[in-house]
Amino acid sequence: MIRARLPRAATLCVAAVAALAVAPVALVVVQIGAPSGGLWSHLAATVLPAYVRNTLWLASGVALITAVLGVGTAWLVTLCRFPGARMLRWALLLPLAIPAYLSAYAYTDLLQFSGPVQSTLRATFGWQAGDYAFPNVRSLGGATMFLSLALYPYVFLAARAAFLEQSVCVLEASRTLGLGPWRSFVRVALPLARPSVIAGLALVLMETLAEFGTVQYCAVDTFATGIYRAFTLPDVHAMTAAAQLSVCLLIAVALLLGVEAMARRAARFHPTSTRQRPQPAWRLRGLRGAIAIGACSLPVVLGFAIPAGRFALLTWRGGDARAREIFVEIGRNTFLLGLVAATLSVLLALVVALACRLRPTPLNRVLAAAAGMGYAIPGAVLAIGILILLTGLDLQVTRPLGQVFGLELGLLLSGTAVALVYGYQARFLAVSLNLLRAGLTRLRPSLDDAARSLGATPMRMLGRVHIPMLRGTLITCGLLVFVDVIKELPATLILRPFNLDTLAVRVYQLASDERLAEASTGALAIILVGLVPVVLLSTLLDRSQARAATQPTRDVPSEMPEFSAAESS
Amino acid sequence: MRALMPLFLLLSFGLACAAPPQQDGAAESTDSAATEQVVNVYSARHYDTDQSLFERFEAETDIKINIIEGDSAALLERLRREGEASPADLFVTVDAGRLHQAEQEGIFQPTSSETLESRVPAHLRHPDGLWFGLTKRARVIVYAKDRVEADAITRYEELADPKWKGRVLIRSSSNIYNQSLVGSILAAAGEEATEAWCRGVVDNMARVPQGGDRDQIRAVAAGEGDLAVVNTYYLAQMIAADDKPEDQQAAAGIGVVFPNQADRGTHVNISGAGVVRGAPNRENAVRLLEFLTDEGAQAVFAGGNKEYPAVSSFAPVAELAAFGSFQEDTLNAAAFGANNKEALMLMDRCGWR
Repeated sequence: MIRARLPRAATLCVAAVAALAVAPVALVVVQIGAPSGGLWSHLAATVLPAYVRNTLWLASGVALITAVLGVGTAWLVTLCRFPGARMLRWALLLPLAIPAYLSAYAYTDLLQFSGPVQSTLRATFGWQAGDYAFPNVRSLGGATMFLSLALYPYVFLAARAAFLEQSVCVLEASRTLGLGPWRSFVRVALPLARPSVIAGLALVLMETLAEFGTVQYCAVDTFATGIYRAFTLPDVHAMTAAAQLSVCLLIAVALLLGVEAMARRAARFHPTSTRQRPQPAWRLRGLRGAIAIGACSLPVVLGFAIPAGRFALLTWRGGDARAREIFVEIGRNTFLLGLVAATLSVLLALVVALACRLRPTPLNRVLAAAAGMGYAIPGAVLAIGILILLTGLDLQVTRPLGQVFGLELGLLLSGTAVALVYGYQARFLAVSLNLLRAGLTRLRPSLDDAARSLGATPMRMLGRVHIPMLRGTLITCGLLVFVDVIKELPATLILRPFNLDTLAVRVYQLASDERLAEASTGALAIILVGLVPVVLLSTLLDRSQARAATQPTRDVPSEMPEFSAAESS
Repeated sequence: MRALMPLFLLLSFGLACAAPPQQDGAAESTDSAATEQVVNVYSARHYDTDQSLFERFEAETDIKINIIEGDSAALLERLRREGEASPADLFVTVDAGRLHQAEQEGIFQPTSSETLESRVPAHLRHPDGLWFGLTKRARVIVYAKDRVEADAITRYEELADPKWKGRVLIRSSSNIYNQSLVGSILAAAGEEATEAWCRGVVDNMARVPQGGDRDQIRAVAAGEGDLAVVNTYYLAQMIAADDKPEDQQAAAGIGVVFPNQADRGTHVNISGAGVVRGAPNRENAVRLLEFLTDEGAQAVFAGGNKEYPAVSSFAPVAELAAFGSFQEDTLNAAAFGANNKEALMLMDRCGWR
């Protein structure tokens, strides 16, 4: 019987996806068994304290700033009304199109000692070197800023979705009880949005731990750069040292995921009503309105307008001699890779999330968390793991198998785009998985009970109830993974097949040769390709809000909150 | 399930479109070797001028070049893992230390070619033909002409002199050029003296090491420091950058010192290439190597990227010639290559980031 077999099949699915995602990391970790030739004690005595310190500072700084920026702006544009709020609603997503390392390039170019800003200051006031203090952007502070500006949209998206879904009744109740906008926010909306915000923050933190390009460029030594540095050591024990550092990072990731899971379990809310009437909007006038406009446009200007504008200007002035090739050939490669990887990622995440929904056992929860941990692993580490795995498979399995049939197969897995797409899955599954699981928790468990009591098989329930209701979330997942793939650099560099350049690779090649002006063309192309999904995403969100506003009749009878809370725990 | 249909459609569309690039590398190198001649290159050189060279090779020989550019360490790991099955024919990299490492790990196979042996001087190639130098670059000290006398510093060792406190600019210890430089000092002075020197340099640094060599030159021009340690081609490229007046202006105020002319000579590094052990297109790889050492290719290395040609009969480009001629540290590349790890650990101990 299907119903009896399904639970086991569900666990098997989750386990299979988790195994695929964890295998590359595991293959790096097992290298720890090899002798380290004294490298570990050397690293521990010299550079490790700085890695720990910098990683902690960076992670806490980015978490704090993205939380404030993301939640604050989401609240303002969702529940307050002020001039420009409608436009800012989608503009606030624009920084998503600019990876942090590109911001770092652009700001370094602008603000470095010999850049236009400082040169103008010196020329205007007749200053010399050393006469004035100017913050160095290639520093811990700079890296924190660039990462925060690039990553706050994750928190913004999560918080905005949560605010949109908070039932009218709750906020109306808080209003009738005499709470103003500020106190409604702090005492009602924020606590209710907490699980979503934490999920968004978890993504931000994972990405921060794994970030390589930005911190490297900003001369900040974190675990991610440290692992790669250890790996590049000209020594036979390099791999062991890199594995040892990776394990340190993994412990931090496991802690982070544990905290997130606890925070989410402790507070899981289902909307008590799905009545989606236009929400009570507080009008902000005069000074308050101006402050709201300023607060919401600041991240857009800093995180999008200035870097994008700088690249546009540099491209205009000269740019890359291979511009046509960049936009046509490399742009197409990048776009296709993103498309394939994003689609696959959504499918895999759907399998895992639905299986967990059907069988919410502790085992499945742990497996699902493991499937998503690649997001916090530096791309280079994952790529090396995948290299070990796929070359092993090629040498041991596909080639001998091919020879049986008289075929000379070459490196079928490790030498082709298969390795890249696999790398993107292992790296970005967490994005689609987290969002989908958050989307699923918002579907009340009573829906399942209703469907099942009406005689639907679990599969039919998933197909007819869950997936249609998740359509918006599925598209969001796909788009976010797509943007992430477009921006991905370290794994792409290591795993790409012959003759396959992506935009990020092209930009990196030029930027690492310190040719920012030439790199600007590719950077601009990344931003443009990344803008497509961002615009789609914002129209999608906007439409869902508009629909909610025009169709107040799509009510589902509300139910007792205790009921849903009891069901979900 | 209907909601999933678009996803499936997208996926199959994407896979269909992505299929051609998949086949480019792996299949051609083996299956269709009879129909189309190819040579597969793993290159750690990331200069655009190489692209034009490869295009010329393809036009002249009808051999298609498949290329993966990447970081030396990552490409080496790939070669290591792929073993005998590697499609790579030629491994090109930019540091003697890396060539040494690849050689030690048995990545290369010996090549004997009269053309190569007659063109590349003996000290710039492996005795058994495992690898051949393609270009040379000197790691020199540059200074701000308006603040530093031309003969104020003449040796690498003097970078540790307290009189340069807060005035020295140099990039991170993660950079392999610095590892090779310190490796060459280790070979000359031994560990104790080198570590003392290293501490002195760290004390003298004008700022936390950041950016690349060009950034150090720009910082000297801007007055952030007075001395910098850089590879020659970066400065030469800035001097020649007609489209970037700010770089030309910065480079104009910079003087060049070839250090240690009175003793062991200036540290010189090479970029080079070797034929990979399992190369499926061995002959084509040798042809490409020979092509890269002929007059035309050496002129592109010299003219486009401003490196010193490995083939000594060819003259360096005018910008480099203007720095003057100099005596090279003839320490075998293998020697400082072998010292890289010790050099890096030593820099770690001194707090050189």
